[in-house]
Amino acid sequence: MMAFGYKLPAMSSLLVWAALWEIVGQLELTFFVPPISTVVVTLFGLVQTSAFLNALAVTASAFVAGVFFAIVIGIPVGILMGKSRLLDELLLPWVNIFVSAPLTALVPVLMVLFGFGAQTIIITTSLFAIWIIILNARAGVKQINRSLVEMSRVFGASSKDAFFKIYLWAALPEILGGVRIGVIRAVKGVIIGQLLISIVGFGALFELYSSNFLMAEFWAVLIVLFGLAFAISEFLGYLERKVSYYAASR
Amino acid sequence: MSQIKLDAAQPVSPASEIAVSVRNVSKNYGDVQALKNLSLEFPRGELTSLLGPSGCGKTTLLKIIAGLLKADSGNVTVEGRPVTEPGPDRSFVFQDFALLPWASVMRNVAFGLELRGVAKSEREAVAEKYIREVGLAGFEGKFPHQLSGGMRQRVGLARALSVDAKVLLLDEPFSAVDEQTRRKFQEDMLALVQNEKKTFIFVTHSIEEAVYVSDQIAILLPRPSRVLEVIRPSSFRGKIVANIRRDPEYLDIVDNIWASLRSYVE
Amino acid sequence: MKNRALLLTLLSGVIVFGAWEIAGRIPISYAFPTFLETMAALLVITLDGSIFTAYAETLQPLLLGIAISAIVGIGMGLWVGLSARFEWLFSPIFIVMQAAPLAALIPLLIMVYGIGLTSKVFVVCIMAMPVIVLNTASAVRNTPASIKEMATSFMARRQDVLLKIILPAASPVIFSGLRLGVSAGFIGAILSELKITPTGIGDIITYSRSISDYPTMYAAIFSIILLAVLFLNFLEYLENYLFEGNNRGYVSD
Repeated sequence: MMAFGYKLPAMSSLLVWAALWEIVGQLELTFFVPPISTVVVTLFGLVQTSAFLNALAVTASAFVAGVFFAIVIGIPVGILMGKSRLLDELLLPWVNIFVSAPLTALVPVLMVLFGFGAQTIIITTSLFAIWIIILNARAGVKQINRSLVEMSRVFGASSKDAFFKIYLWAALPEILGGVRIGVIRAVKGVIIGQLLISIVGFGALFELYSSNFLMAEFWAVLIVLFGLAFAISEFLGYLERKVSYYAASR
Repeated sequence: MSQIKLDAAQPVSPASEIAVSVRNVSKNYGDVQALKNLSLEFPRGELTSLLGPSGCGKTTLLKIIAGLLKADSGNVTVEGRPVTEPGPDRSFVFQDFALLPWASVMRNVAFGLELRGVAKSEREAVAEKYIREVGLAGFEGKFPHQLSGGMRQRVGLARALSVDAKVLLLDEPFSAVDEQTRRKFQEDMLALVQNEKKTFIFVTHSIEEAVYVSDQIAILLPRPSRVLEVIRPSSFRGKIVANIRRDPEYLDIVDNIWASLRSYVE
Repeated sequence: MKNRALLLTLLSGVIVFGAWEIAGRIPISYAFPTFLETMAALLVITLDGSIFTAYAETLQPLLLGIAISAIVGIGMGLWVGLSARFEWLFSPIFIVMQAAPLAALIPLLIMVYGIGLTSKVFVVCIMAMPVIVLNTASAVRNTPASIKEMATSFMARRQDVLLKIILPAASPVIFSGLRLGVSAGFIGAILSELKITPTGIGDIITYSRSISDYPTMYAAIFSIILLAVLFLNFLEYLENYLFEGNNRGYVSD
């Protein structure tokens, strides 16, 4: 969009919304929306407190662990499904069900089986992320050009070489795309876990501030969380772009 | 001097002159019989084309020789040894190039050697030699998406040459490049066959191309696949490259082949 | 070929449900009923009607939320896709909403709207709308220029271009967005029932858990996943019915 002859950068309308927020807050139109300036000030104070850093550590560790397992299990399973027709036909219906099923419904089951602790949150996070990672890894492998496979056989590649030097790279753009979406789902998973399973980390902070009507604090933590989720997603998008130079010409 | 034309039989050559021998090879895909009891011999150091309309099994035969497909019956020997798998004695040039799009030209050319565990400095030296030979000197650091179609195929060719296999198999290598580049490739092919003492097996569906580059042309017909004839053009081999396309024998052979084949084209 | 696919799907079902049955019999946990026990419980709550009353409650915010999200979402998506100004203003909001874990807003919504139907509908909407809007907008923006030009060359009016060219061309991606939105909406509905107030199917889950009636709890969860799957299949069927040409088979055919 152009204004006064200059092309406006992509997310710049957020400044307009921030200004709107400030006005609404200053006018005290609703108790629930303090001015964004207050929120920002609170934010700076909050991120230095040990309570916040603790919550961040708890949430981040559960998130990282969950994503780790989702990647480490999901990518190989997806690759195997892409390579083996039999495995694909057996597993695909289930993956398709779970990628769009309301996984939140499974949380009570997980709680009952694995208890109310951190491990259940990690399992929830992994479950949220893994299905799309599997689907994308599978898609990446399926689109590998047949002659690339034949080429690797002709030149005598061992299975290990074929996997690490060819298949992984050929499927990498799709795999990264799947990891990016999976990571976003994992963030949702870890928060939902913290709201339902055991109220720790950021989930606990949200409960605390909302029940004590500390709105500025509530929004501050929310912004931090949104910001982190966005930053991770952008980082993965950056990695995707780094490999995109060859994605189109495969 | 006119060409030597033999019906469904091979020009007689001593066994030691045969690099690749195909005997009674059959291959089925479900109900479709791609090859049926096909026999053919490929003399060492020469370029033999497999020419024929779609569905005649020429690419299937090539891939069986390469070891990428297994024949249902019959056998294939390369330099006296039977083959069922890919091996260091044969290399392949692909119709759609099959380059690693994330790797540079240098790495792509050296890839065959890399898979064999050859040390980096050594394989890059060998690769450099063939990069030069195919005319890509200066492009070592470029990536496939930065190259034209013709250049990409040169990379594929250099890669196949670098592994120093005795038999070089080419699957319609010039069909994915534009017509003018294709003509240049055909001229370069003649020089290559002269310089490299290898056996070339070349699949094409272009009659002109086959007659231009080959020492021997095997014409295959579809359903069931069989060898119609094997032609050995003689008078214009060794001629100056620029004059071949106007040589009377060349033109005669092209016309005769088309007359034989046209009824088989769908 | 088609028989093989069906056979393998059945086989995989047998394997999974069989494994469930075996796992329940071992038992891997006192809280893990067998497949048959779960199905029996499902039958019980179906026959005594409690599952229907439960869904009557759950489906209210769900269907209402999905309907609102679909209509408002597609509408907004069209507007964002067609107007550069609108896109500049609104798409960052939806992009942030899509990446962010909106579940965190639930405590806030409870505070603002209480624990009734309104807040539950709100939850479903905030979960479902962003992806619907973004998919619609992107589909509209990416309409191939050549068919738009073609329409104008045949002197189509603006509304013709919108209704006969842009919408049908965008429909596959719009429907894909709807499917994603519906599944997010389901998550929102269940989340609000487990977190806000237990009603409907969320109530069956929570109550049966509290009295350790695990077969019923699992049966309720099974039923909602089944419902979600059926709903999504229905959406696909609807798409094929409305836009027959969208089903173009596989590239490898």
